[in-house]
Amino acid sequence: MHEMAICLGIIQIVEEKVHERSSSRVRSICLEMGALSHAAPEAIRFCFAAAATRTVAEGAALNIVELPGVAWCMSCSKSVEIARRGECCPCCGSYHLQVTAGEQMRVKELEID
Amino acid sequence: MTRTRLVEIERDILDKNNGIAANNRGLFVADDLLVFNLLSSPGAGKTTLLVRAVSELKCSRWVGVIEGDQQTSNDAKRIQAAGVPAVQINTGKNCHLDAAMIGDAYRRLPLLSGGILFIENVGNLICPAAFDLGETCKIVVFSITEGEDKPLKYPDVFAASSLMVINKIDLASLLEFDVGKAIEYARRVNPKIDVIVVSARTGEGFAALYAWIDRQAGRQRRAFEDKGR
Repeated sequence: MHEMAICLGIIQIVEEKVHERSSSRVRSICLEMGALSHAAPEAIRFCFAAAATRTVAEGAALNIVELPGVAWCMSCSKSVEIARRGECCPCCGSYHLQVTAGEQMRVKELEID
Repeated sequence: MTRTRLVEIERDILDKNNGIAANNRGLFVADDLLVFNLLSSPGAGKTTLLVRAVSELKCSRWVGVIEGDQQTSNDAKRIQAAGVPAVQINTGKNCHLDAAMIGDAYRRLPLLSGGILFIENVGNLICPAAFDLGETCKIVVFSITEGEDKPLKYPDVFAASSLMVINKIDLASLLEFDVGKAIEYARRVNPKIDVIVVSARTGEGFAALYAWIDRQAGRQRRAFEDKGR
């Protein structure tokens, strides 16, 4: 359940920002999660409510922007989209892929009062 | 009247862990230490592999081990019985080691300057992949009893590792395990991963493992010298 540790990381960042801005209420939290990151959005949504209880993030809406996985195909020298690791290049079928994007898990923005 | 404001943040969720990991890495480099974070499923033979490796490596350099398990200090005791300092971390309900736990444990070890620190992560092929501990690199250990397609089933940990150690090769005659296929699957998720086949029980393949470790030491030394120029 590393998703719980990830949710606590989100809440820590939110608490810092809310404190900096002297705010008391968080309306929404926007995350960016890549398809090749270490957590699934549905697992984060599931854990978030529990992790946010009795914190400034309690009751905040969680919006997750899902970003595609992108890799550089070393065989056909092209940037291609992949849904998961271990997939072949959709153009040439090669597995010589270097992931270039889609590993991120970021807190993008907050809506606060 | 309250006004709703939009605040841009753009911060990595694991920022805090990554910051502590960067601190650990600074300490390790200052102590001229190679640090390997060993990942595997439970029962792949990490501890048996480590007991053999540290017993042999301790003759030529300082070696220490940080052991991570949910409960017990059995593994640290096995390493200590081999004559090498070991610190046990019990993660309780947590499924992985994080950088702060390693920072604390490292302070409890004697100075290992110029040597090797092995971190045996919690037996789990999913969660530990996400957490940088400050290591030189990650090593995934998997045994031939687990099936050739493990790298495809648990790709994150194979993608994050620099070396895959295939263990329990002494059982090859009893099992139909295709080493070539396992390597092909691992390279589908990580085309650059190095591979060494060993038996922690008989010692087969350990010379190749030590040669690989020496190459990492050379690489780290060159990187350090380049930085100093």
